[in-house]
Amino acid sequence: MKRLLFLLPVALFVALIGAFTLSLRHDPSHITSVLIDKPLPEFALPAVRNSQGLTSADFRGEPMLLNVFASWCVSCREEHGLLLDLKQKGVVIQGLDWKDEAADGARYLAENGDPYIKAGNDVSGRAGIDLGVAGVPETFVVDGKGRVRYKFIGPIDTEDWEHTLKPMLQRLRSGA
Amino acid sequence: MKTRLLLTFLLLATPAFAVLPNEQLADPRLEARARAISAELRCVVCQNQTIDDSDAELAHDLRVLLRQRLKAGDTDQQAIAFIVNRYGDYVLLRPPFEPETLLLWLGPLLVLLAGGTGLVFYLRRRRDGAVPALTADEQARLDRLLKEDAA
Amino acid sequence: MAAEIGQLALVLAFLLAIVQSLVPLWGAARLEPALMGLGRAAALLQLLFVATAFASLAAGFMAKDYSIALVAEHSNAAQPTIYRFAATWGSHEGSMLLWVLILALQGAAVALFGGRLRETLQARVLAVQGIIGAAFLGFSLFTSNPFLRLFPAPPDGTELNPLLQDPGLVFHPPMLYLGYVGFSSAFSFAMAGLIEGQVDAGWARWIRPFVLASWICLTTGITMGSIWAYYTLGWGGWWFWDPVENASLMPWLMGTALLHSSIALERRGALVSWTILLAILTFSLSLVGTFLVRSGVLTSVHAFAVDPRRGIYILGIIALATGSALALFAWRAPAMKSGALFQPLSREGGIAVNNLFLLAATATVFLGTFYPVFVEIAGGHSISVGRPYYELTFVPVVVPLLLLVSFGPMLNWKRNDSREILARMRWPIILAVLALILGILAFGLHQILAACGLALGLFLILGAIAIPLGRWKVSSSLNNVSRGADLMRFLRAMPLAVWGMTFAHAGLGVTAIGITAVTAWQSSKVLDMKVGQTVDLAGAQYTLNSIGQATGPNYQAVQARFTVTSHSGSRVLVSERRLFPASQTTTTQAGIGTGLLGNVYISIGEQSADGGLVVRLWDHPLVDWIWAGGFLMALGGAASLSDRRFRVGAARPVLRTAIVKAPA
Repeated sequence: MKRLLFLLPVALFVALIGAFTLSLRHDPSHITSVLIDKPLPEFALPAVRNSQGLTSADFRGEPMLLNVFASWCVSCREEHGLLLDLKQKGVVIQGLDWKDEAADGARYLAENGDPYIKAGNDVSGRAGIDLGVAGVPETFVVDGKGRVRYKFIGPIDTEDWEHTLKPMLQRLRSGA
Repeated sequence: MKTRLLLTFLLLATPAFAVLPNEQLADPRLEARARAISAELRCVVCQNQTIDDSDAELAHDLRVLLRQRLKAGDTDQQAIAFIVNRYGDYVLLRPPFEPETLLLWLGPLLVLLAGGTGLVFYLRRRRDGAVPALTADEQARLDRLLKEDAA
Repeated sequence: MAAEIGQLALVLAFLLAIVQSLVPLWGAARLEPALMGLGRAAALLQLLFVATAFASLAAGFMAKDYSIALVAEHSNAAQPTIYRFAATWGSHEGSMLLWVLILALQGAAVALFGGRLRETLQARVLAVQGIIGAAFLGFSLFTSNPFLRLFPAPPDGTELNPLLQDPGLVFHPPMLYLGYVGFSSAFSFAMAGLIEGQVDAGWARWIRPFVLASWICLTTGITMGSIWAYYTLGWGGWWFWDPVENASLMPWLMGTALLHSSIALERRGALVSWTILLAILTFSLSLVGTFLVRSGVLTSVHAFAVDPRRGIYILGIIALATGSALALFAWRAPAMKSGALFQPLSREGGIAVNNLFLLAATATVFLGTFYPVFVEIAGGHSISVGRPYYELTFVPVVVPLLLLVSFGPMLNWKRNDSREILARMRWPIILAVLALILGILAFGLHQILAACGLALGLFLILGAIAIPLGRWKVSSSLNNVSRGADLMRFLRAMPLAVWGMTFAHAGLGVTAIGITAVTAWQSSKVLDMKVGQTVDLAGAQYTLNSIGQATGPNYQAVQARFTVTSHSGSRVLVSERRLFPASQTTTTQAGIGTGLLGNVYISIGEQSADGGLVVRLWDHPLVDWIWAGGFLMALGGAASLSDRRFRVGAARPVLRTAIVKAPA
């Protein structure tokens, strides 16, 4: 009994080290989204550049990505090239221009290329709040029924696309 | 690069000018409620600040939003729920009391109880019984000392 | 050139640390004095080399050698000299160098002052200290080399974060490190004692000065940190339950427990295994704190640049150090002779209860700090833990402890009569209850918690004063001399350790009063002010006199002058908003008017187009008492430390040390 008691600290410690080791892979600033498996919140945003704006009703029929960006966002430029590539390959990406003047957003897209099918301007940030946006860039995976299935925080690189987002979109397309 | 990111965060955390005069509501009671609720909500883009303390734009947006909800007639709970429905429990500085956080809330008490029980067992098992009684002389001296001390 | 010397010194120190780890351990096992002596030499040399490395880095900063990457990243030409020096530890790499410097200092102290230690014990302590030193020197050399060069060297550097360009940076980190790195020696003693299989009152006497010195520094460091946050962050907060703050609080709580427990071990030979465990846990918490600050596991205002790779290395060190210590503990401690017996109502019992509450308090802070991480890895959603949690859990654990603190010194060793104790505490209890009633009458029942807090603080102070008073009554009644003449002589003759206890416990009460007052009664106002406007807050009038410009060595500022008038008079306070052009950072310097009964705090914001200025005003009742109490506690510790009766090396017969050696 006494021995058992003396073993308690080291046993607890081993568990703790295990927990800490696992924690190293996790970024504390990435908070899990509350929207997972819930329908995309309703919104109707004016256009960033000519033609239509973006509404939540646009997310029907097939799984697609919702990419939150801004003209002032430095990290967004890191993923912009990849997004243009993806558009070429036929991936549907909708854009949400967050806390940005529509004119600035339009200029950004004109200068750097436009990977979006539609792009809505959220100058007040209210739509972003409804989506739980905490920074840019963020990318949502929305299924054909308009439900949010995944939220990716930060710029997407090739690995993220190949290993996480692409398989997810394929699964959504074929299955549920 | 990472250092720069950190510095940026530190900037956000700087001498905050938090709640601005032009954000404040005219009704003092509503404003007081807003301030109280803000102090319980975490700024999600900051390092450990409430939306009441933080300078960040998102904190400003949430402060304004909160006040709008209160003016629209939300109760405290409804206003908080509005924000929690969008940003999750992470935004609550007081973690919810639910099965997942049971250990968190009851932990301190459990440690006290477990430790206390352990201590009681330890003391009981090793009570000192074999103490020679005082002689009459020693007892008299002791009584005298105690009496003087109490005087 | 300095960087090369520093680099070489660091490498040599690393090699020496390895020698220090292995040789004395071997020597103690073989009982070879020469090998054990080598351990002492290695420890002293290691200090020399680490100090050289540290000095080299500092020299690089002072000489504006921008070919050293750290210097280029944390200082520039316009930076004031003192902050150029302090920038030496203002980065992860530099602060790690400070870490190993203090580790080396501890080892050298054991080597130099441990002449009367049992030679094998000393050798083993040095060996363990050497292992820890080697681990961290390795960490520094292989992942966080402070002497990395930049080629080509830039003409000027990036200035140190303006928030850090403050006297706080000069004092707070070194003090803090002396504190929680200082507990490494207690850890080493614990491991050495377990290896030896012999832990007794003599062992406790040896760790006491090390533990006490570290505790004093940590208390001072935490207090300084709180003051720094108060005047620098611009909204008058003094504690944020930030993970890094918690990382310093946990070793402090455990260190306090260790301090008291080692007294029981030293005086009465009680609580043997428990004291060993505490010594291991206290430093382990320091290590966990280091992990927290540098691995990016938690977000914090204080955290250094995030790097999970460093996190793995530190986690490895923790796993090895604490893991082996706890494993050794599980293996050897049960076979050690049990500590002395005591009744529940005794000083030993009191110390055991004190330790219980401090353990619960530490567990609370630990849970609050790490729970979000645990939930996340268990696949749950993100939660966060903030001030409200700690107010509901930490406070209820600490309050009963504070109530019991004053009774501790009244208890005799081994056994007591409860009525006797209550009799001794008669006056503090009566006066505190009176104060509580007065408080409720004055502030109303809805502020009963505040009244309780004040009464509790008062009880602590009175209980502390009762210690010397009680001793004096006994002594003067025994000597049958007139009280007045005797008092002065008595006070001078009272042992310093008793003064230490008195100041430390009184300090606790002062802090409690300060915390209660500022939490219950602070008030604030935020508004747009124009020049000439007057505002009322908490019985004082604040007038904005002027808005102007000011210039500093590396900043430009908007400066606002205020006159604050209260019943105690009127004074001028200045608040600035500083722009540092080099890093494009803005900081706010608050205008603070200090006073015995509280501070007034003014913080300015941005100017509006119509000439108005956003101004935030605070009234902080008794806030300075929080830190006065902290310093008083440290003073008490210093008094205790300087008591020659307990100083290591003082000629005092060691009590019974007949402890059975654990089977090899």
